[in-house]
Amino acid sequence: MWGINDPSIYLGYLLAVLSLLLCVWYGAKNWNNGRETDEQEIREDEAWELKDEQLKEQL
Amino acid sequence: MNTFSLGLVVITYLLVIAYLGYVGFKNTKTANDYLLGGREIHPFVMAISYGATFISTSAIIGFGGVAGVYGMGLIWLTVLNIFIGVFIAFVFFGRRTRKMGHNLDAHTFPEFLGNRFQSKKIQMFSGGIIFLAMPLYAAVVLVGGARFIESIFEIDFSIALTFFSLVIAAYVIAGGLKGVMYTDALQGGIMFLSLFFLLAMTYFKLGGVSGAHEALTNMANLVPEPLQAKGHQGWTAFPRMGSAWWWVLTTNIILGVGIGVLAQPQLVVRFMTVKSNRELNRAVLIGGIFIFVVTGFIYTVGALSNLYFFQQTGKLAIEVGQGNVDLIIPEYLNAAMPEWFVYLFMLALLSAGMSTLSSQFHTMGTAIGRDLFENLFRGKTLNSMLISRIGIVVAILVSIVIGYNLPIGIVARGTAIFFGICAAAFLPAYFGGLYWKGATRAGAQWSMLAGLLGSAFMLAMVHQSEAAPLGICQAIFGKDFLIDQFPWMIIDPIMIALPLSTLVMIGVSMMTQKVEPKHLDVCLKGIR
Repeated sequence: MWGINDPSIYLGYLLAVLSLLLCVWYGAKNWNNGRETDEQEIREDEAWELKDEQLKEQL
Repeated sequence: MNTFSLGLVVITYLLVIAYLGYVGFKNTKTANDYLLGGREIHPFVMAISYGATFISTSAIIGFGGVAGVYGMGLIWLTVLNIFIGVFIAFVFFGRRTRKMGHNLDAHTFPEFLGNRFQSKKIQMFSGGIIFLAMPLYAAVVLVGGARFIESIFEIDFSIALTFFSLVIAAYVIAGGLKGVMYTDALQGGIMFLSLFFLLAMTYFKLGGVSGAHEALTNMANLVPEPLQAKGHQGWTAFPRMGSAWWWVLTTNIILGVGIGVLAQPQLVVRFMTVKSNRELNRAVLIGGIFIFVVTGFIYTVGALSNLYFFQQTGKLAIEVGQGNVDLIIPEYLNAAMPEWFVYLFMLALLSAGMSTLSSQFHTMGTAIGRDLFENLFRGKTLNSMLISRIGIVVAILVSIVIGYNLPIGIVARGTAIFFGICAAAFLPAYFGGLYWKGATRAGAQWSMLAGLLGSAFMLAMVHQSEAAPLGICQAIFGKDFLIDQFPWMIIDPIMIALPLSTLVMIGVSMMTQKVEPKHLDVCLKGIR
């Protein structure tokens, strides 16, 4: 098929496509999931990010 | 070389970069503005910049060239790049790393490991490994870019390397472009579209998908005799199972790099800098597509370049590259693609190399300043930021010097060596830190030591490609490598060093004092 005779090459391409589809499926399914909702956690995350930015800026 | 089209492409590209830099600069001025100006990083930018960090010149030039020699079997590396490098990395490592990193107030990978196991020794040791080993990786990314310049402009390699190194040094020392997020996305976007164009043009020139594959399959008898003897069965076939070629492809190229990506310090840090798990979820989709196209397409083109070169010149790809794997992709682009495309591709590739190198040099700088020196001279007045800056300059210089002295065809191998060292030294401790409450400080310390020493031993004494040129084994034992029984001399060091460090992690953790439950509560806070 498609000019290739070795099944292990087919399998490689097939698994690459399946891995791609897994990523697309997972990303699409969870596109809006995982956002921080807890006020306390958001504040902690912001404090971490602020420090990280400051460290980068100093560097 | 057409000066007019080159000039036009370069000027347009620079104008767009300057505009994006201006937009970025306008939006982010200081750290405080950063928060006020909104912390939203578009998932496309996050995924592309993550992708560009581990793809860059190394995958395109190095591994694309390897596909020109080994053939389409390289597609298995794409499988691992997507499944492990994107799916497993983002879903199973990224989310926990982000939360735990914030809980532990960690801002670098060594700090993450050190704080997780309450050990400054671990932080210093990891910083030391990164500072010592990463210049090799930076050097091969530099070499990848320089090989492209060498081939396109037909200039001497050392001139190309000097030019590219100067540009990189200026870019990194100036602090990188302020609008780096946007420029990363631009480079990624150009790269993405270019690969579609490249693959489509390749098939078009070679008589369509089936026609091209069939013609390449029919070239199997042209594989040079010595390579056939090693197990090479043509460019549309995997090497003969158990042969030397098979061991090299599966362990050195596919597994070493495919697994090693999980413990890359500069990638781990990226997980901590995203706003929430939502961004990681979205990045799985975009990153998966990006990696599929960039790696899958270039590996396919690399293999097919043999057909093109054979039809045009009667030579194989490696012969056109004059024995240098790293020249196959640049030579193919130069020969088969329109001039404007080659220049545009070169600019995107070199800019991607620049952002990869920039993040590598910053990682090395913080490793020596924040992770090593700050803890080594605790309590003393020491400007760790100054040390970090000096560290960056030293890292740049060392990488350039290494770049000048590396043998030809080194880009993929150099990447694999660094990925292998990182996996063996860091992965068990990192994974244990994320998922295993029973992982102990001593377990992590001994595992890292075992991983590092295991890798060093394999590289210096057992793995032929490094042991022979290094000459340490020859000096001590009077032979190039220690075990001359097949296939030990060609099995990648990661195959021995990673299981060793994993066993040490498990064994020592089971025998040593557990981490206090109170500290575990801090680490795991908010992790669901």
